Amino acid sequence: MKILVPLKRVPDPELKTKIKDGAIDLSGASWVVNPFDEYAVETALRLLENGDAGTREGGEVVVVTIGPSEAAQQVRSALAMGADRAIRVDAEDKAIDALTVVAVLQAIVAEEKPDLILMGKQAVDGDANQVGQMLAGKLGLPQATFAASIELAEDKASVLVGREVDAGVEYKRIPLPGLVTVDLRIVSPTAVKNHVTPDAFAYGDGPRYASLKGIMAAKKKPLADKTLADYGVTASPVIAEKGVELPPARPPGQKVDDIPTLVQKLVEEAKAL
Amino acid sequence: MAFHGLDYYGIDELLTEEERMIRDTVRDFVSSRVMPSIGKHFTAGTFPRELIPVIGEMGLLGSSLTGHGCAGTGPVAYGLICQELERGDSGLRSFASVQSSLVMYPIWAFGSDAQKDRYLPEMAAGRLIGCFGLTEPDFGSNPAGMLTTATRVDGGYRLNGTKRWITNGSIASVALVWAKLDGKVRGFLVPTTTPGFTARDIHGKWSLRASVTSELILEDCVVPEDAILPGVEGMRGPLSCLSQARFGICFGVVGAAMACYDEALSYAKDRVQFSRPIAGYQLVQRKLVDMVSEITKAQLLNLRLGRLKEAGTLRPPQVSLAKRNNVAMARDIARDARDILGANGVTDDYQCGRHMLNLESVYTYEGTHDVHTLVVGQDVTGLAAFDG
Repeated sequence: MKILVPLKRVPDPELKTKIKDGAIDLSGASWVVNPFDEYAVETALRLLENGDAGTREGGEVVVVTIGPSEAAQQVRSALAMGADRAIRVDAEDKAIDALTVVAVLQAIVAEEKPDLILMGKQAVDGDANQVGQMLAGKLGLPQATFAASIELAEDKASVLVGREVDAGVEYKRIPLPGLVTVDLRIVSPTAVKNHVTPDAFAYGDGPRYASLKGIMAAKKKPLADKTLADYGVTASPVIAEKGVELPPARPPGQKVDDIPTLVQKLVEEAKAL
Repeated sequence: MAFHGLDYYGIDELLTEEERMIRDTVRDFVSSRVMPSIGKHFTAGTFPRELIPVIGEMGLLGSSLTGHGCAGTGPVAYGLICQELERGDSGLRSFASVQSSLVMYPIWAFGSDAQKDRYLPEMAAGRLIGCFGLTEPDFGSNPAGMLTTATRVDGGYRLNGTKRWITNGSIASVALVWAKLDGKVRGFLVPTTTPGFTARDIHGKWSLRASVTSELILEDCVVPEDAILPGVEGMRGPLSCLSQARFGICFGVVGAAMACYDEALSYAKDRVQFSRPIAGYQLVQRKLVDMVSEITKAQLLNLRLGRLKEAGTLRPPQVSLAKRNNVAMARDIARDARDILGANGVTDDYQCGRHMLNLESVYTYEGTHDVHTLVVGQDVTGLAAFDG
């Protein structure tokens, strides 16, 4: 079984955003794998392995990224977690929008013919939440988005995906090949079932840490460097960034002397009562 | 908030991609798994045992050894692992140092194949914990004077003596005990369930509270023939282990220093007194700049130390110089950080007080600051200022 995981590098979401000349200042940014994509890598590995025994019989996880040469580092970290090989399609972050990404991935899927495409529900930089849906649409593949759990059928011909919706959990079975986008809870201890790992086995919470052996093995794993032209795609973004600004600073809070003043202010100033 | 360390001179560029990845992975682990609970463990005086399986899975135990389930990283990567663990807490790094450098390393270097097969894979996975019994109540800086003895008995050896200040003592399944057999120091792998073996924890510590420190008592403790480490005799055995562990300490304390600097810097930028954040006052800036200066020097020193070790040309006095320099600078930085944090610095809401207390132990253990001074003194003058 082959699983394709597209991943994107994003500026470390834990760092404070700096804005310069109407754009996010990325000059000193440190880059990480988009957290939801990292969850997709974790999900792919859990689908193929015996988590209890720590072994894997066959299967392949291919990771793809579209980005500049520095993005190879994020791809390596997915290889260090246990993915088997990687493709990096060279492009500047600014030069590609969701449609360009979809066009490249479409060409890669045609070439790789994966059984399952697993990806984060969205990248936390732009929060667009559209690549998965558009890609499935373009490929004419069944899709299940916002997966909070996934179970690979014993015959490996379908997956049962749990999605957390307002009324509860909705289960959706889609035949493979298909596309699944994952949400945060997919990396909870028992969210991924594959009929190989014992059902009672519980993973640690969250994506795995790369082991030292994994990190050392990663540099020997194949990483193919490609260009947009290799896939017949020209970067012609239809979406342009017009400007970025921080939310207005909140006015400072007030201290009041007693409860009657508080009530008065709530009524007259805040109009909350 | 994620921890990003201090790299004032772009030293990252001198590391390999693999070394950086290993460092960053351990850094993430410490941020998300160690930091949330380590302060509570320190206050309660407990070791975070729940972390051992993850540390084992990541391959952080015996990481620089080859084969037997170990990863076989280079020395710089090993040092960076220590740095990141000690950014969390010196107790956590001590746990890893003892397991890796003081127990796994001698088994790997001086053990029989059967000993390696029996202990190394289990120890690498963190399923079996070891401790190192060298120091005695009356023999610290002068370990060669040890009173613990081994005598031959039918089918093995009988051990008698007391070891003190033993990290991991009461949580260990095997103790590597150094004892004199016919007047010569030898290593013995003693399962801690052996009759006559007792480990008692030392309580009331003001330092390394998130670490187990014990006294080992051996009373007619009989171990079989195959418990002896066959490959080494004399003080070279324990001293070569200590040289490995000290190398890790040189890097480790830079982690503690960076944690204190990071905390002091962000506190100083937020804390307003009189008209501005205290970071805007000259006396505070001087303290912060001294920290940047000392940490940067220590980082470069460590990197060079690691590359010498990689090349196989590192001499023990060079490790002594770095241990002496780096631990002292880390201790000073922790104290200055505590000072910048004012009264808040003495509470467990912040980490610099914890590091400050921990570093008192690190200053003393694995060769005191003064003894390392004399080791380098002897190296450069050719004259020993101590006996032995």
